[in-house]
Amino acid sequence: MPVEDLVPSEYSAGFVTDIESETLPPGLDESVVRFISGKKQEPQWLTDWRLQAYAAWRAMTPPTWAHVHFKPIDFESISYYSAPKNFEDGPTSLDEVDPELLRTYEKLGIPLHEQETLAGVVRQTPNVAVDVVFDSVSITTTFKEKLAEAGVIFCPISEAVQEHPELVQKYLGTVVPQRDNFYAALNSAVFSDGSFVYIPPGVRCPMELSTYFRINAQNTGQFERTLIIADAGSYVSYLEGCTAPMRDENQLHAAVVELVALEDAQIKYSTVQNWYPGDKDGKGGIYNFVTKRGACRGARSKISWTQVETGSAITWKYPSVILRGDDSVGEFYSVALTNNYQQADTGTKMIHLGKNTKSTIISKGISAGKSQNSYRGLVRISPTADGARNYTQCDSLLIGGNSGAHTFPYIENKNLNAIIEHEATTSKVSDEQLFLCQQRGIDAEKAVSMIVNGFCKDVFRELPMEFAVEAGKLLEVSLEGAIG
Amino acid sequence: MNILEIKDLHVSVGGEQILKGLNLSVEQGSVHAIMGPNGSGKSTLANVLAGKPGYVIDRGEIHFDGDLLNDVDPEVRARAGLFLAFQYPVEIPGVSNMEFLKAAVDSLAAARGGEQTTAVEFVKSVRKIATALDLNPEFLKRGVNEGFSGGERKRNEILQLLLLNPRLAVLDETDSGLDIDAMQTVADGINRFRDAHNCVLLITHYQRLLNHVVPDVVHVLSDGVIVKSGEKDLAVTLEERGYAWLTD
Repeated sequence: MPVEDLVPSEYSAGFVTDIESETLPPGLDESVVRFISGKKQEPQWLTDWRLQAYAAWRAMTPPTWAHVHFKPIDFESISYYSAPKNFEDGPTSLDEVDPELLRTYEKLGIPLHEQETLAGVVRQTPNVAVDVVFDSVSITTTFKEKLAEAGVIFCPISEAVQEHPELVQKYLGTVVPQRDNFYAALNSAVFSDGSFVYIPPGVRCPMELSTYFRINAQNTGQFERTLIIADAGSYVSYLEGCTAPMRDENQLHAAVVELVALEDAQIKYSTVQNWYPGDKDGKGGIYNFVTKRGACRGARSKISWTQVETGSAITWKYPSVILRGDDSVGEFYSVALTNNYQQADTGTKMIHLGKNTKSTIISKGISAGKSQNSYRGLVRISPTADGARNYTQCDSLLIGGNSGAHTFPYIENKNLNAIIEHEATTSKVSDEQLFLCQQRGIDAEKAVSMIVNGFCKDVFRELPMEFAVEAGKLLEVSLEGAIG
Repeated sequence: MNILEIKDLHVSVGGEQILKGLNLSVEQGSVHAIMGPNGSGKSTLANVLAGKPGYVIDRGEIHFDGDLLNDVDPEVRARAGLFLAFQYPVEIPGVSNMEFLKAAVDSLAAARGGEQTTAVEFVKSVRKIATALDLNPEFLKRGVNEGFSGGERKRNEILQLLLLNPRLAVLDETDSGLDIDAMQTVADGINRFRDAHNCVLLITHYQRLLNHVVPDVVHVLSDGVIVKSGEKDLAVTLEERGYAWLTD
């Protein structure tokens, strides 16, 4: 069986939850922005902020530089708000949550009942606090009280706007400005919900924080916004997971994530992205156009992005770090797997401003089927960044003969003291390797999964334990039936 | 009882006919050597036995333990006890030898309906074999054949042979590129493998390996057919006289 015999994989999270929703009719104008803001009972400053973003967005055009191809999106055909109906007044406990919704999360293997873990029953994800975002609203946040004892704030951003407006107002849009780019502007105007995290000075967050995003409703965009602030000397590890039903139409996901690390603070942000990738003929799937950026504001602060990207029809995503504080550290570890007709254009930006700032980029791209997988990365060393260092390694693995791997590294160095290293390799899962495995009794699928997992080892070891296991399995599923 | 039975085998690769009516029977407990000049079809025979894609059987039959093998997938042949030691074992970077060997042992055990060995037992048995073959057990942590010298790769093949303990071992020029000491080590490994229940098909270009692994039968392959078979002395004659007197 040659490697070329690639067939599509089954998407196991592709079910639709039959639930009554309140959904805005498609289309976007000022009244939609006001509606969303009103729905959330937001203060005037935030309504104005959204309207500013909306005005900026109107004047912008979608970026065309990415190595991806798709029909222009009709932004008038998308609904910008959808929420399960019985959340009108907001659920106060899990008992009020629609049982259908609970079953959705059970199917996805996400525990919403914190008492099960508290009672000492060991489950798959022990000691993880979860915030769940279903379509446009946050459903539940677990372990809130335990976190509060440590002074940690972990809640839906809509709640943070009410409860901690001073923090939200101080930091919102300071890392990703409203008019940063087309999709960020759109998100700023219509963002529905997302997670908010604040870790007070000197606190090590006592558990992993996690958000699970699920798109359910049809013709709906998901525009969540996440804001994480690690105050001086604090530490937090944050996990993000995503799934969506299988639908024939493409769905837009345009999120913004902002991270702020103050002096000596550390943020570790991990993503396992498994949005519906479309079917084997390239029909349907999520357009994942996301802006993620972290600011190392304080000296010796550190931000680390780890991402495992297996889903989405199109991925456009560059989790970045602005290294402003002296001796601050930015890291980017990425596995991006594309199969069938998926397209990914992903990478990072490391902007060195402070002295002795360090960044590490490890990118592993795997292309199978007829997919196109691009790494795009920028390393910029400013004149002020004496002693800056960057190490970049980007490796591509091709499976079969019909996929593409591309690398677009940009290096802008304005400081002669900087040390910049860049390594890149491209390899192929060869018929010879597969035959060797098969000759030893290992079937081709298992062989490919072993080879791919081996290829990704350097990134997987950066993931928190529970996620590393999930990531390995996810790759296996994404490649399922990859060999005929 | 014959473990391997090949009848009138015609095989082509890329449209070119390489094997042109080959007949061969290998009985349990025996070692058969296949010798022959370059391009006679020795490696094609090895590859078609293992079911390598691209080797097309135009006519004839291969029977293994009484079952017709012609259309059986390579991994199924392996699980049935057919082993090929590769002439040029490839590297699989990122997959450790340990992981690779354990996956192989587990899949064979599963096919035989036996229990899987524990990691501890497994490592023990691999280390034992590795030591006997002069392979530093540290190699288990390295990628499959990654950065291995030619000699190390061949010894790794023999290690797999001893670990997987098949019914039929097809050794494709395992002696090529080995120095004298490595040759002895590899030969010891093969001798350790042979017993009354299995059999060996030893494909070689030179006679020297046969000084260490004494075959029961020697066959000469020329232009896709076996032109002569004899006892071990035939190998010595070939060494002295070359192949030309048989093929002219």
